[in-house]
Amino acid sequence: MNMTDALATAPLPPAPRRNASSASWRLTDRLGLAFAWFLGVLFCVITAGLVLYLFVQGIRYLRPSMLVTNPTAGFNENQTGGFFDPLLDTVVIAVMSMAIAVPVGIAIAVWLSEFGRPAALARVVESTIEMLAGTPSILLALFGTLLFEAPWLGFLSRTSGHVVFGRSFFGAAAMLSLLALPLVVSSVRTGLQAIPSHVREASYAVGKTKTTTTRRVLLPAARPSVLTGSMLGLGRVIGDTAIVLLLLGNTPTNDPSGSLPILSFLRGTGSTLTSYVFYNAPTGDGDQPGKAYAAAFVLLLMMLALNVGVDIVGRRGRELRWNS
Amino acid sequence: MEFLTPPPVRRLSGTTGSPGAHSNGNGNGNGNGHGNHKPAFVGLRPRVTPATIAIDRMQVEDLSVDYGRKRAVSEVSLPIRQGEVLALIGPSGCGKTTLLRSLNRLTELTKTATSQGRVTLDGIDTATIEPTALRRRVTMVFQQPNPFPMSVFDNVAYVLREQASRRPKKRVLQGAVEEALARAGLLDEVAADLDHPALRLSGGQQQRLCIARALAANPEVLLLDEPCSALDPRSTQVIEDLIVKLREDVAVVIVTHNLQQASRVADYVAFMYLGELVEYAGAPQLFSAPREQRTKDYVSGAFG
Repeated sequence: MNMTDALATAPLPPAPRRNASSASWRLTDRLGLAFAWFLGVLFCVITAGLVLYLFVQGIRYLRPSMLVTNPTAGFNENQTGGFFDPLLDTVVIAVMSMAIAVPVGIAIAVWLSEFGRPAALARVVESTIEMLAGTPSILLALFGTLLFEAPWLGFLSRTSGHVVFGRSFFGAAAMLSLLALPLVVSSVRTGLQAIPSHVREASYAVGKTKTTTTRRVLLPAARPSVLTGSMLGLGRVIGDTAIVLLLLGNTPTNDPSGSLPILSFLRGTGSTLTSYVFYNAPTGDGDQPGKAYAAAFVLLLMMLALNVGVDIVGRRGRELRWNS
Repeated sequence: MEFLTPPPVRRLSGTTGSPGAHSNGNGNGNGNGHGNHKPAFVGLRPRVTPATIAIDRMQVEDLSVDYGRKRAVSEVSLPIRQGEVLALIGPSGCGKTTLLRSLNRLTELTKTATSQGRVTLDGIDTATIEPTALRRRVTMVFQQPNPFPMSVFDNVAYVLREQASRRPKKRVLQGAVEEALARAGLLDEVAADLDHPALRLSGGQQQRLCIARALAANPEVLLLDEPCSALDPRSTQVIEDLIVKLREDVAVVIVTHNLQQASRVADYVAFMYLGELVEYAGAPQLFSAPREQRTKDYVSGAFG
């Protein structure tokens, strides 16, 4: 379940005007229209079916106690506990990734949209971001495992002797932030470009610098876009499995490394809801489908909440605008 | 603002100075501070009474502006005086907006723009003034109302504060903000909701807020780029009355497509065509007895 699937549940575009009866259309056009309608409805039915199925299964298997107990080893559903640590780690990983992706994304978007010089560098950055948006997350995960096993990054994860384990919250969050980055950049950039140029000039025309204008006028005006981009990025981070599997260690419960209170947690390994579902799916090592459905249901609820959030923010952003 | 030398003060000859009957038909109740200088409407051609004093503020000397290879403004010279409203008229693309924007060096934001010649402000070449300092002394209002996405109060306070600073605090600025809003004739309407988002105001109020913002910096020159073209007739009249009132304290330059508007508010009119300044004259003369044939054609509606 990722963001694009969830977005597809948005309402259908308005039906063509009935009174402009399609009966007068050419046969091929009418067939085309019918086909488009068929596909649209089919897509909605599939998505609705998916969501409903997960809802039903989730409600069937989810017990409140699962939210506060940790996974344990066991042979049946009664023994394997809940998913408190995966839930906690999902939140931790999301916060860490967004703490990197949002500031960096805003900075890149502002630079691209407002400064963008030298132009050649701007073009390179632009296509890099586009390429990043199209990179499968497993490639980022693979790159991350190689990168964070480097000896000079040993302080970010568990080490034994000269061997760097390379799996930790730091590594996973860093790579996950790369997933969110393109979404943040493109959303903020679109928001900035939607601001008419005379608004910028009005700020320059009372003696303000470009930096001041960006900080006090443009970024506040683009706030809905910043929020939308962040939420879309957050959705990708929460929904990703590959990077978590490879870089977070995929231990069912948290396994801290070291003795410093918070740092040991972040240097250690764990799992998120997605990797928990992966582990407990009928094809996974755990094979506890009930637990997988329960966790997937929680994940789905988080995603739906995010989608509603994106929708509300986007709607509010359209309220107050200038004429161009 | 302090000057090295006091700007020359000049009495205009032939001013009657007598306030005419002002047919204030729509009863806009705000700001009657300058009762003596209400516009006197005479016949079909409403005219304002000339101001009693004129102070030289800016001098444009042989100014040419090019965008790449295209010449937008060609060797224009004219004076800009406090106490008078100068209207720049001419067909689209004749360089009047470019001329306006080069007065506070906003043209420099266009990468391809280059300029020759000189513009002085109180005797000092504007090229030697820091752009941000210049733009606080020569502020501008745009065609589209463009309040910033913040409260009414903060829109004005933004100008009063040092760059991106949030200081001085609100209560320190209260007086200055209200004064600027009062000068723009907006205070009575928004006094109760200074904390509301500025973008919720009506179009005419937004434009007056933009004028208040431009006035808050206490500029010597106010540039208006077709300030009424996005507004309804009633808001237009409010703003025109305001412009006439403001000329006492600040030199006003207005670009307009609307010849009636130019004749209503301007003391002097500059007619531009293809980048050249064709004719610069007092408004009554330019509209009733233009010297140049091109001016005559434009004013009588033959082209443009």
